[in-house]
Amino acid sequence: MTATKNGSAPVSATAQARSRLLGNRGVGEFLLDQRAFVALIVLVIIFALMTDAFLTPTNLITMTKHVAYNAILALGMLLVIITGGIDLSVGSIVGLSGIVAGVMLQGWDLSLFDTTAYPAVWVVVVISLAVGGLVGALNGWLITRFNVAPFIATLGTMYIARGAALLISNGSTFPRLQGDPELGNTGFSFLGVGRPLGIPTAIWIMVIFAIVIWVLATRTRFGRHLYATGGNERAAQLSGVLVKSVKMRVYIISGLCAGMAGLIIASELTSAAPQTGQSFELNAIAAVVIGGASLAGGRGTVKGALIGAFVIGFLSDGLVLVGVSSFWQTVIKGLVIVLAVILDQSQERLKKARAAAQAAQSVKRELADRQPVATA
Amino acid sequence: MTPPEGIPVAPEHPSALVPLLRLSQIERRFGAVEALVGANLEVRAHEVVAIVGDNAAGKSTLAKVVAGVLQPDAGLIEIDGESVQIASPAAAQQLGVATVFQDLAVADNLDVTANLFLGREQRRRGSLLMDEGEMEVTARRVLRDLGARIPSIRTRLGELSGGQRQAVAIARTLIGNPRIVVLDEPTASLSVGQTAEVLTHIENLRELGLGVIFISHNLNDVRAIADRVEVLRHGRNNGSFTGREATNEDLIAAITGAFRADGHLEAYRRG
Repeated sequence: MTATKNGSAPVSATAQARSRLLGNRGVGEFLLDQRAFVALIVLVIIFALMTDAFLTPTNLITMTKHVAYNAILALGMLLVIITGGIDLSVGSIVGLSGIVAGVMLQGWDLSLFDTTAYPAVWVVVVISLAVGGLVGALNGWLITRFNVAPFIATLGTMYIARGAALLISNGSTFPRLQGDPELGNTGFSFLGVGRPLGIPTAIWIMVIFAIVIWVLATRTRFGRHLYATGGNERAAQLSGVLVKSVKMRVYIISGLCAGMAGLIIASELTSAAPQTGQSFELNAIAAVVIGGASLAGGRGTVKGALIGAFVIGFLSDGLVLVGVSSFWQTVIKGLVIVLAVILDQSQERLKKARAAAQAAQSVKRELADRQPVATA
Repeated sequence: MTPPEGIPVAPEHPSALVPLLRLSQIERRFGAVEALVGANLEVRAHEVVAIVGDNAAGKSTLAKVVAGVLQPDAGLIEIDGESVQIASPAAAQQLGVATVFQDLAVADNLDVTANLFLGREQRRRGSLLMDEGEMEVTARRVLRDLGARIPSIRTRLGELSGGQRQAVAIARTLIGNPRIVVLDEPTASLSVGQTAEVLTHIENLRELGLGVIFISHNLNDVRAIADRVEVLRHGRNNGSFTGREATNEDLIAAITGAFRADGHLEAYRRG
């Protein structure tokens, strides 16, 4: 096949590989396109040169585990952002789902039935996730039923969920969530401390969530409708896409992801505090944006969001390892986010210019083709 | 490939006896504004019917009634001679009516195939996953039927010219195997070359045996491809012309009201 194709002008194998990788782009443009990945590589190299402790298997696994919480939140956030929305409530859902799990593991006071229940761990997990999904459904309902702007709706539920966590716990922390063999509710620590096949459970969960959401986004009708909703909501609607149902589902998924992250964190700390997860929503948004998603909607990938989460996570942990003060850490994280958005803008400009040039060329070709136009 | 001149389907052809679509005495108000006052329209298979008229003459309202976006306050809609209600765009699709709306209903961030199948994505048998291969095959076929020249069926719409985007929008209508296609101002905002391309696509729709309703401001476009031109004025029919025989003067007179359906030439004569 290739031999006949290139028969007239033999092309070297490296040039072929190059063109497959780059298309008709230059190297600079390729690097710009893959900037999140490039940034991650650069980070790893810099930190590896600065400290021997960075590039050890133990440290990499520990850092990846920290990345996992943020990545799970970012995956849910990604779907929301692709539809052109935003979910500010995920940090509060992290806190709330942990508290719900805490209440049930410590003994669920059902005064109505005059008993205290100690549900099995799987029941605790399901109910805590359901609470996350429920807050997500509330977001979706406010946004689709009352046309509340996503920013405002989720800002509201951010306070509501945080308030609910504080009310349930009365502001205090639930310690010792390891359960009691006599009550049959042990095993909660598996989520945060367990290491199947030597890898922390949190990382496994991140991988599973990433695969599921990648399949959803790229291989299903739902995924297609997701991008259409973010790209041109009216066109999607006229084409028969159930835009409201799409939005409802993304907020529920985002809530479920946040619920999962909350469970993992509570499990790892074997305690649940109502303040857990504060400002996590911002890390998740940052990861998604660094990964090349557009806050205007219609654009973003699972791969990008994951790499974005790794950039944010490795950056924070790496800066701690090399001993940069926490104040500077905050500044540097901010700079990285701003830089990501600036690069994104310049890439979009580049793409637009290319598209315009292409369109102009095809118009020119059209005109050349139909010289003898019958002007009717 | 060249369409037969003059087109009208031979009268003995059964499709000529019962029109594909017939609208009778359609009325539609928006508050105090009467958009349509007893408008009539017939479309047959293998026929391009153009609807022309001034702004606010009721062209788009009529198109939206056929597309199921608007419901008429009164009047009869018949498809194949049977009275129907077109309650929603989905219902219109069920009845075999496909519409290209004036504001391009395409998603720039999706590629050609994704746009063609938007809302109607095919799944693999017994699976929740989309069948991209099958959709690509159909996409290629539909674009070929239409004579559309698109660099690749995986090109994003944002990277296409206005004419190519319109071609995709028209090709979209063919996915559901419709019998009637409604095009609301498909050549507005296109360059000369792109307009010629889109007009060719419309002729190809006719070749495929569809009934086409073509709404336009541009009388040259209309005369170039329409078999019949229906003029609307203030929501009423104000003249019907054979596409190839109508002159711009005739059409303008009917559109502006210098000429009335009953044959009087008043203002037009007076100058």
